[in-house]
Amino acid sequence: MTDAAAPELLSWDSRTRRVVTIYIPLAIFVIVLLFPFYWMTITAFKPDSEMENYKQFSPFWVHSPTLRNFDLLLFHTRFPRWMMITMIVAVGATILSIFCSVLAAYAIERLRFRHSTKVALAIYLAYLVPPTILFIPLAYMVVSFGLYNSPLSLILTYPTFLIPFCTWLLIGYFKSIPYELEECALVDGASRLQILRRIILPLATPGLISAGIFAFTLSWNEFIYALAFIQSTANKTVPVAVLTELVTGDVYQWGALMAGALLGSIPVALLYSLFVEYYVSSLTGAVKE
Amino acid sequence: MDVSVGEASAVAAWRPARRRESWVERLFNYKPFLICLCLLPAIGLLVVFLTYPLGLGFWLALTNSTIGQRGHFVGLANFISVLEDPVFQLAVFNTIFYTAAATVGKFALGVWLALLLNNHLPFKAFLRAVILLPWIVPTVLAAIVWWWMYSPQFSIISYFLVNVLHVRSTYINFLGSAWPARWSLVVANVWRGIPFVAIIMLAGLQTVSPSLYEAAVLDGASRWQQFRHITIPMVLPILSIALTLSMLFTFSDFQLVYAITDGGPFNTTQIMATLAYQVAIPGSELGQGAAISLAMIPFLVAITAANYFGLARRKWQQGAADD
Repeated sequence: MTDAAAPELLSWDSRTRRVVTIYIPLAIFVIVLLFPFYWMTITAFKPDSEMENYKQFSPFWVHSPTLRNFDLLLFHTRFPRWMMITMIVAVGATILSIFCSVLAAYAIERLRFRHSTKVALAIYLAYLVPPTILFIPLAYMVVSFGLYNSPLSLILTYPTFLIPFCTWLLIGYFKSIPYELEECALVDGASRLQILRRIILPLATPGLISAGIFAFTLSWNEFIYALAFIQSTANKTVPVAVLTELVTGDVYQWGALMAGALLGSIPVALLYSLFVEYYVSSLTGAVKE
Repeated sequence: MDVSVGEASAVAAWRPARRRESWVERLFNYKPFLICLCLLPAIGLLVVFLTYPLGLGFWLALTNSTIGQRGHFVGLANFISVLEDPVFQLAVFNTIFYTAAATVGKFALGVWLALLLNNHLPFKAFLRAVILLPWIVPTVLAAIVWWWMYSPQFSIISYFLVNVLHVRSTYINFLGSAWPARWSLVVANVWRGIPFVAIIMLAGLQTVSPSLYEAAVLDGASRWQQFRHITIPMVLPILSIALTLSMLFTFSDFQLVYAITDGGPFNTTQIMATLAYQVAIPGSELGQGAAISLAMIPFLVAITAANYFGLARRKWQQGAADD
């Protein structure tokens, strides 16, 4: 589009040029990136008669919105329970990971020992080990620990990808806190753990929020461990349950599927809308370090 | 600084008013102990649930274990049968294609999007927030939406091309045959990856000093020359880390493919991770599955090494000694 118009660009006034080179491509990007969400939302509210009848009803709009899909999902499947399980797993894994990461990051960045940079590097390398390599031996371990079908298996395994990320992020935040504050506290007779609790943590609150919301989002969205370790319908997490429990037989319940996708996305979307800046800073911060 | 650690008794001697520390307090202020204590939870969890399973994976790959049953040592039999399996060979090809095509797509479009967003725009913060959405939402749930959009009969994409733009006369059977299905997966992956690249790139762009561009403009550099000789070298360090992570995660992707095609039709979109899952969990051949997933490691190491040495060389050229 822009390429075809390129030779004439120079003669255009800057305003037209700006529209063609910036606003139009940007609008296309935004539409393409957001259209699946729009499509998911309107499908969730469509009655079956409209869903597959494009001749009579334009598919881009809902003509007679219905809550039937949500009713089906909330009262005729175990969706509320799946949401609860996912919430427990995500919150549990996040708390466990933040606890471990704060201590590890404090030791690496603040207590400073001989091989601290090597330990930091080893933790970072752990982030590069993808879950798709680990899930088979982990499934074997989960079965032999007797944790198969238990949400606890997820709370214990999610920290493997959360701790490296959170530790790395928190090291960055701890770095920005001046050493003088810690030295003052030491002179005043505070213990190391008191310093961590009363000085470092309050000053690193933005970092803790970033790490926390990111860990929560990653746990909420995790798929392969939840798929491999949990078979019983009652204990599935939302992403797995929507895919495996709502797709039954040959006839797909598109309305209910989309309603499930919509409701399952809402907790993270809500968290995201409240903490946009923290997400952006943690995303870019983790890469910059 | 170490007053309260080693010389606690001496301190107590010249300041008798001070309460004597109990041995517990002294232990907790003893630095080596504290370091071990602080590292223990993180390192412990990682060793038990990451390092040990990695080793266990190698051992499983050498046995004929099934779920819940310890197998016997079978040597390299799993690796040999996997390497000879045409489905595995197809999966390797598909994974490489998927990674290469999706990486090129998301970096080209993501960098473009970041350059667009780096202009003065109304509602810039809002746009930036909205654009990250595909990356935030659970991938599987987004994949289900793509699956619905790729439906052979009711695809909204086909409807748009046929009934709105009138550029085609028939609906596209996106997931029905090999190449359309592969490209459909790549498109869904690119859609999800663009925000990540764009946001990282945007952060990189904002660190480039405007004075560099002013100097370039005075020297008569064109827009393209500015991009090529200022923007790219300046954002390359951060972009190459994003590239490494993005390639690693695309190569080891599972959920998008599992949700949209599940390897079908006839294994033509099977990637290594979905094949490993299919063999190991529903097929319960843990040993074979472990061998397939371990076969990803050489590729992952190669990706990391290529990016790392590419980056290191650039840094050396720029004369950055440390960092």
